Amino acid sequence: MKLRHKKRAKPNHSRAGDVCSILILILMGSFMALPLVLAISNSLKPLEELFIFPPRFFVRNPTLNNFHDVFVLMSQSWVPFTRYIFNTVFITIVGTIGHLAVASLCAYALAKHHFPGQKIIFWVIVTALMFSAQVTAIPNYLIMSKIGFLDSYFALILPAIAKPLGLFLMKQFMEQIPNSLLEAARIDGASETTTFWRIAMPQVKPAWLTLIIFCFQDLWNLQGSNYIYSEQLKTLPYALSQISAAGISRAGATAAVAVIMMIVPIVIFIISQSNIIETMASSGIKE
Amino acid sequence: MKSQVKTKPAEDDRKLVPLLAEYGKIRAKQLGSSIKKNKLSYLFIAPYCLLFILFYLVPVLTSIGLSFTYFNVLEPPRFVGWKNYVDLFFADEIFLTAVKNTFLFAVITGPVGYFLALFIAWMINDIKRPKVRAFLTLIFYAPTISGQAYVVWKYIFSSDVYGLANGWLMKLGITFGAKLWFEDATYIMPILIVVILWMSMGTGFLSFIAGLQNVDRSLYEAGYMDGIKNRFQELWYITLPAMKEQLMFGAVMTITSSFAIHDQLAALAGFPSVNYAAHTVVSHLVDYGTIRFEMGYASAIATLLFMVMILCNKLVQSFLRRVGR
Repeated sequence: MKLRHKKRAKPNHSRAGDVCSILILILMGSFMALPLVLAISNSLKPLEELFIFPPRFFVRNPTLNNFHDVFVLMSQSWVPFTRYIFNTVFITIVGTIGHLAVASLCAYALAKHHFPGQKIIFWVIVTALMFSAQVTAIPNYLIMSKIGFLDSYFALILPAIAKPLGLFLMKQFMEQIPNSLLEAARIDGASETTTFWRIAMPQVKPAWLTLIIFCFQDLWNLQGSNYIYSEQLKTLPYALSQISAAGISRAGATAAVAVIMMIVPIVIFIISQSNIIETMASSGIKE
Repeated sequence: MKSQVKTKPAEDDRKLVPLLAEYGKIRAKQLGSSIKKNKLSYLFIAPYCLLFILFYLVPVLTSIGLSFTYFNVLEPPRFVGWKNYVDLFFADEIFLTAVKNTFLFAVITGPVGYFLALFIAWMINDIKRPKVRAFLTLIFYAPTISGQAYVVWKYIFSSDVYGLANGWLMKLGITFGAKLWFEDATYIMPILIVVILWMSMGTGFLSFIAGLQNVDRSLYEAGYMDGIKNRFQELWYITLPAMKEQLMFGAVMTITSSFAIHDQLAALAGFPSVNYAAHTVVSHLVDYGTIRFEMGYASAIATLLFMVMILCNKLVQSFLRRVGR
């Protein structure tokens, strides 16, 4: 009886449809999740379990040996391994902060100021969402070598700072700040810089996080071996990919590396998920 | 009030002159301040725009320029007219294979990935508990952000008997020897399409999730009153029109990524792949740009790719405008 009285949120949705969609979600969800579960399971398998017939999905005697191997291999590297970690962390932090600062400043002007050329600039940036990294890779290399940024952190950091996706999301989100709020601050005598920093920026915290996450993900996975030659400037993903490159003899270590690299972005996404979704709500491209 | 003013035109005229003068003063003040303000606006956008021009705009323009030259990095570029483009289409069989593969990937993974993302986001949105919604979002989004976790597919479709696919197929007695999944041109394509679909819930998917959450609830109730019978009608007439902007954004993201598929292919099927079965336009670009150092030729490939992406976007956008009509 209780069930019948329970108010249905959407009475025109059939129950059969609800069941179907849940079934589909479970099916598709397992298709998405199982390979990642397998990746984790593989990283815990001792070598003899990785090469066993018939193969097993789940690990039987879990061990942390593979991770131990990774650390041993790390300690044997020519450049101290902490250097790779430092490089990636440094690039990620500087690039992300730079991206956030520079893109927000520009997004604020595009969203809340009126000036000639504004529309064209924004149109170019929306078009730039379609510039895939591969299209710009070659000329980028030439430009880097012309201005002498090859083989330096700049070559990896600067392009990331100007990434169009971040600016686009920030601009769309800033449009929602009520103009009256900014107007009030200006009437109270706040300079435009203060208005931007004290009034506008605190309003768009979810967008900050989104930009940080997207930028972080790009830089965290960046190998950058095209631009960097010096071993002491190379990044963590590059160093880890070298461990995997040794092939079958390091199958266990390879599996461990994959897990190490995937855990960090996933954890960060879990922490910031609600903020990201809030930002993406304003991500639409208006005609 | 309006009718009253209209009946007294004479009084209106008398007031008009000082009013205009006042307006002129204000306007002049505004113009002055707007120039001042604009200076600040340009200052605000300057750092971003400088970097953007240097690392995004100039490269694309350079690419277009270089595509008309022969350039091997050591010697200065030499103008060759349309030669690179002519060669691409008439003298480079591998490029034609690459175009065929790219279109196959793009045509299948693009629309399928896009609609799958929309469909899944839509089903997730119907779940009432926010915790479950967040969990499902994570599950579907995780493969895209987990770096190079896609190498696990190399284990699933490994060519020896220790791989999951081979091991299980043999155990069940369906096949009697190990299949060479990534070495046999007939299997490469379908497997890679599955892998790419697995990774296709990207930024667009998040945008859909967010767009769906923000559709005004009262629209649904109004729709129910107006006789919307089932969830599909609701989707077409209410939900999709309300999130058209997110649909556009998702389309841009999907098109860009589905034409630029390369990294996953190279990691799984090798580079170059057997019989060029997984060779895409971007693979060809990487081949000429970073291995053969024929930058002019590579630029021609990049330019073509870019043009096709923009064209596709225009097409898809004109289609999306018709949603809900």
